Amino acid sequence: MPTAADIKARLMVGMEIHVELATRSKMFTSAPNVAHPDYFDAEPNSLCDPVVLGMPGVLPVMNRRAVEMSMLVGLALGCTINRKTKWDRKSYYYPDLPKNYQISQYDQPLCIDGSVESPVSDQPGAATRTIRIIRAHLEEDAGKLLHEAPGGFAIDYSIVDLNRAGTPLLEIVTHPDFDSAEQVVAFGQALRNICRFLGVTEGIMQKGHMRFEPNINVVIERDGKTYKTPIVEIKNLNSFKALHGAVNYEYQRQIDEWLETGVVMKAGAKSTRGWDDTTGSTFLQREKEEAHDYRYFPDPDLVHVVVDDAWMARVKAQLLELPLAREKRYIETLGMSVKDARALIDEPRACLFFEAVLAAGVDAKRASSIMLNNLAKRANERACRVDELGISASQVKAIADLSAADKIGSAAADDLIGLCCESANKDADPLKLAEQRGLLQVSDDSALDEWVQQVIAQNEKVVAQIKAGKESAIMSLMGGVMKLSKGKANAKVVQEKLRKALLG
Amino acid sequence: MDPTQTTLIGLRDAIAARKVSATETVKAYLHRIDRYNPPINAYHEVYDDLALKRAADVDAGNIKGPLAGVPIAAKDNMCTSYGRTTCSSRMLENFRAPYDCTAVKKLEDAGAIILGKTILDEFAMGSSTENSAFGPTRNPWDRDRVPGGSSGGSAAALAADLCAGSLGSDTGGSIRQPAALCGLVGLKPTYGRVSRYGLVAFASSLDQIGPFTRTVADSALLLQVMSGHDPLDSTSADIPVPDYVGELNQPLTGVRIGLAKQYLSDANDPVVAKAIDDAVAAFKKRGATIVEVDLPHTQYGIPTYYIVATAEASSNLARYDGVRYGHRTEHPEDLIDLYSRSRAEGFGPEVKRRIMLGTYVLSSGYYDAYYLRALKVRRLIKGDFDKAFEKCDAVLCPTTTGPAFRFGEKTDNPLEMYLNDVYTVNANLAGIPGVSVPGGFATVNGTKLPIGLQLLGKVFDESRLLRLAAVIEAEAGCSAQRPKL
Repeated sequence: MPTAADIKARLMVGMEIHVELATRSKMFTSAPNVAHPDYFDAEPNSLCDPVVLGMPGVLPVMNRRAVEMSMLVGLALGCTINRKTKWDRKSYYYPDLPKNYQISQYDQPLCIDGSVESPVSDQPGAATRTIRIIRAHLEEDAGKLLHEAPGGFAIDYSIVDLNRAGTPLLEIVTHPDFDSAEQVVAFGQALRNICRFLGVTEGIMQKGHMRFEPNINVVIERDGKTYKTPIVEIKNLNSFKALHGAVNYEYQRQIDEWLETGVVMKAGAKSTRGWDDTTGSTFLQREKEEAHDYRYFPDPDLVHVVVDDAWMARVKAQLLELPLAREKRYIETLGMSVKDARALIDEPRACLFFEAVLAAGVDAKRASSIMLNNLAKRANERACRVDELGISASQVKAIADLSAADKIGSAAADDLIGLCCESANKDADPLKLAEQRGLLQVSDDSALDEWVQQVIAQNEKVVAQIKAGKESAIMSLMGGVMKLSKGKANAKVVQEKLRKALLG
Repeated sequence: MDPTQTTLIGLRDAIAARKVSATETVKAYLHRIDRYNPPINAYHEVYDDLALKRAADVDAGNIKGPLAGVPIAAKDNMCTSYGRTTCSSRMLENFRAPYDCTAVKKLEDAGAIILGKTILDEFAMGSSTENSAFGPTRNPWDRDRVPGGSSGGSAAALAADLCAGSLGSDTGGSIRQPAALCGLVGLKPTYGRVSRYGLVAFASSLDQIGPFTRTVADSALLLQVMSGHDPLDSTSADIPVPDYVGELNQPLTGVRIGLAKQYLSDANDPVVAKAIDDAVAAFKKRGATIVEVDLPHTQYGIPTYYIVATAEASSNLARYDGVRYGHRTEHPEDLIDLYSRSRAEGFGPEVKRRIMLGTYVLSSGYYDAYYLRALKVRRLIKGDFDKAFEKCDAVLCPTTTGPAFRFGEKTDNPLEMYLNDVYTVNANLAGIPGVSVPGGFATVNGTKLPIGLQLLGKVFDESRLLRLAAVIEAEAGCSAQRPKL
């Protein structure tokens, strides 16, 4: 029996990723879609209609927005969009699949032959490599089968929640272009960012908005000969941690198995395994022999999808700068730190708000500081996104202008931002607000001179220290002036005046 | 006047002119149903109270429209938000739909009153109604004979004057064949002309709802009301609906009638052959040109149909699993047992046969040899018609080879029963409209039995098809004849 020391092993992974699209209604009916934020908390089985329930005589009607969202993702992944595609039925019996067939796309997927640059790890500045996309097709999701009652009570039967049944699901399939778990995870994260930036999914992993199914095997070299282990598909991973763990576990397991049995890949011999989060290991679900015959055939209830030039152009117009390029631009052109850039990229809607602030004419440094300090703090407090705070980009611009012109100090700027966030009036003028609330700085010489003299007179000890050379003590006097002025004194001018008075 | 002994338009006009009230009309029909439905078994369910209530609303002027007060029967595979929709199957014996079939709804919106739902071959699979789980319907012309199928209940209900018009669905001839065997006008519109929403699917790419009427003009009226795009059916055509009734009076000039040898075989009953000759003479008399056309792939229609239709059916009927609605077996041992016993108990033998056939032809390894090839032949059959319609405006042919057959005559041999559709299935495969018009009577052992002539036309050319049908109607002159009950 060969040992691990005799061999050279290389991991080979291809990915299947399911993305739940956040359309308002389901893929083939007007019932609300549980993957849309408005319906996240819907009661079980409340997002149903006769089409979702697969009742007799009802018919599917295609959701065009779901097709558009899929085209957007396809375009972002460098795919060719098939101008004519169709819908097929994939047959299997399961209680969470009301019609006992799933409407999917079999041999004419909407998107084909793409390629996308993906970072090899999530380290800052990581190199990228090209991942080839085989296809991306649209289908309807199934419901959920539950084996315990709500509240965790034991039952000796199964219950079904069909809220998810019929949710538009985009399945993206890559070539086996990954050779490490880090790459797989970095790709998953990059894809999640892309989808969230395009607004096609909320991408909440815990809710199953993105589910990963890596196809894994290992290429082993020994004594100049190459062996490939049988391909294993791991089903339904919905966290990056699980994805990482499953790929690494499977890599080692397949090497061990090959060392023990010498079994290699043969055509069609793909088994399916599940991932156990608690034990951190995979377990066998299905061998090839038990594989379904899905009896695909074209769905006669639906017509072909024809993407004409006008539709294509409308969709292309919705494309925007993708996250990887955006991150690079923030760092290289706007001079942002990697950490700041990533913080922005991580929240697409906030990032788009940031872009609006830039577009309003605020310089990048000030804009990112406002975003990541003043606004992020408030969003955090209110558990909402920055773009939901209520302040507009033009208000941010006005406040930034007041700061730049030294009309307000940093504390006043923060107060103003707070006022704008709380104001119901999106057009409230920050300058007027500052005047009303007395937030404008005092730069008037006589007032400042008076405060400076008063502080010098009251702090003989400190003054003596400063005169003796401890210049940093000036800050303590400045604090005194700010206190007297109730924060309104122009700090820069006060400091100049103190220096002039004490140090000449 | 007796509202049950006129035409649909005649009755509509009489109600509108207040010569008879809608309430009197409905009562008269309910009375006949009480008397004649038990022996004929056309209706599975009758909505007395609802019908009378709607009739009162018509009489009070609350319901108006081109069909105000006209009593109609619907095939029991069309969902209504009242009553049950059973498809004459144990599987759906107690199924109540929470929605309405668009075609039925359109008739109701035009003022029609749905009297009840009629017997069919289970899930519309059959040609005689002998596959109904609730007993077969009997042909009003001879109760020992079948009314045809699968829309036999709707045909018999009208033939026996238990309604003023009725709806059927036609997947391979299920309107035209029973119309022929019951002496009625039966129209299968172009695929996509009438919405399929709410019609329980048998074979989605072939199913089409259409009317049974006594006259061609009545047919035009019902078609006009039912037609049009439905946002709930992607396969319904977004093409304007012509004024079928108005256009009936347009003169026919330069008409070319096609005759295809493939439809004029020796298998046809001599009465059928003679009816064709008479119709040809009538068309000639009116200045039409008769042209010979070739439909070389006709003979492949039956095998192609039974592959396409069963494939789709095997998938369409997968939803009847006992999980959400419909028949559910008692005390299943596990999930598979729930599925298999619910379906074994709920479906009749013909439905099972077709599900098995359809499952087989879609199976991996057989798909290319059966389903894919059938799709190719289907295109060839459509191509035959496209070519023929370059030379003619409509093809004249029999609807069936002969009159109604006896109960049990063809039940032992499913293949022989399937061949009953030989003249009708190709219109469904090609998606073209077809109409069966009464063409005369055969006398068998002293009993008069109707036979039908069929006209097949270009897609969405129903208007011309109906005008041509009116020629046969005028010539044959048998639309006013009624069976003696």
